[in-house]
Amino acid sequence: MVMTIAAGSGATLGTRDTIVLVGTTKGLFTLTSGDGRARFELSGPTFAGEEVYATCIDTRSATPRLFTGSSSNHWGPVLRRSDDLGVTWTEDEQAALRFPDGADASLARIWQLAPGPNDEPDVMYAGVEPAALFRSDDGGRSFSLVSGLWDHPHRTQWQPGGGGLCLHTVLVHPEESHRLLIAISAAGVYRSDDAGSSWQASNRGIVVGFVPDGEALEFGQCVHKVARDAADPERLYLQHHGGIYRSDDGGEAWTAMTGIAGMDFGFPVVAHPTQPSTAYLLPLESDEYRCTPDGQCIVWRTTDAGETWEPLTTGLPQRDAHLTVLRDGFTTDGQDPAGLYFGTRTGEVYASTDDGDSWRLLAEHLPPVMSLRAAPIVV
Amino acid sequence: MNVRVRVPTQLRDLVAGASVIEVSVGSASDRVTTVATVLDALATQHPALERRIREEQGQTRPHVNVFVGSDNVRDRDGPATPVHASEELSIIPAVSGG
Repeated sequence: MVMTIAAGSGATLGTRDTIVLVGTTKGLFTLTSGDGRARFELSGPTFAGEEVYATCIDTRSATPRLFTGSSSNHWGPVLRRSDDLGVTWTEDEQAALRFPDGADASLARIWQLAPGPNDEPDVMYAGVEPAALFRSDDGGRSFSLVSGLWDHPHRTQWQPGGGGLCLHTVLVHPEESHRLLIAISAAGVYRSDDAGSSWQASNRGIVVGFVPDGEALEFGQCVHKVARDAADPERLYLQHHGGIYRSDDGGEAWTAMTGIAGMDFGFPVVAHPTQPSTAYLLPLESDEYRCTPDGQCIVWRTTDAGETWEPLTTGLPQRDAHLTVLRDGFTTDGQDPAGLYFGTRTGEVYASTDDGDSWRLLAEHLPPVMSLRAAPIVV
Repeated sequence: MNVRVRVPTQLRDLVAGASVIEVSVGSASDRVTTVATVLDALATQHPALERRIREEQGQTRPHVNVFVGSDNVRDRDGPATPVHASEELSIIPAVSGG
């Protein structure tokens, strides 16, 4: 038996070309466009009152399947899915995502929902708090704890970051699906080359400023987000608690990227969906002041894998804009030219549909934005 | 025995809109059970409702209160609090949030 609920007001099924899921601390909002991303229509909230930390658009089937991982302050976390672009949402009567008996843990939050490889359309991954990875082999109807990571000897030493001990990033290698990379705050990057059976900490080169001997840590890095290059699957971009890094060997080693003077702190990093060596950052002033610096909202873009960065400001507020964008608050819709979208803790959603050259405000006065996902759709 | 469980407004979608449900516990001749036993039965009969009340490890969620009659079970014996056949169990969200 499943339970299906209708979405909030405004959601309709029709011909659309782009959908943006906006997870906020007070529910899910949806932006949809049917005219080539010229205009977006806002609907919501769905799941009013629930914090939506994880959203996912699985485009591996003809009609994209949507997922949300939300949580009520009173009633705990819930995983839901929608096969009609958010008109109705289904929660299975038996919990799809829960720690098994014997794990001695309870699910606190769902932080990440990620599709598996393209040739395995029923595989999904979920990253949760307390830090753990789950895998589904039935399209997200049920998940199993990835015991290889849960049983890792480091786990009992992992320490939470400010948001909690969360597994917030899951990257599946696009050509070798047995190669997985995950990131945990504040444990760092771990990799598996055997589909999750065994895991290795993979943080060499990431310098930690919050312990005395931070250059030699095997794990304990506060990795905020990792993104994979569009063309070279071995190339990764990483936003750390204090620094931005690149790996050219699938995460085996990391090299500091330079070029954005004095701005090491931030949460998200996004790779361009089609252009090689192209990525985006949205740095914040510092650990102490987690807002866009000097009241200026600037997206930074590299087209040479982090050797140089250019500021993108057209359409973004350049005075009195003290904004915060969290790790999953910045995303791309996978199209060419790329649609880029970011949401702030003060409830704005900005978008670019020209690879970041120019931006516009899509929504404002929303609750704090925690997660964004976007994708093209054909209905 | 059947125990009446009062469901808060926010969770009634999970039980077809009912404000009160009856949970079957033990045998028909039983006259008393415990809160934990009622919630265990709820986990079988209405699992989505039960997991809003208790975490996987069985603890009542911190911002959920369970009452037997007018008594908050946190002020009695917690999950071991007895529930008599004539009593009603209420699920009520705590005053909290942000």
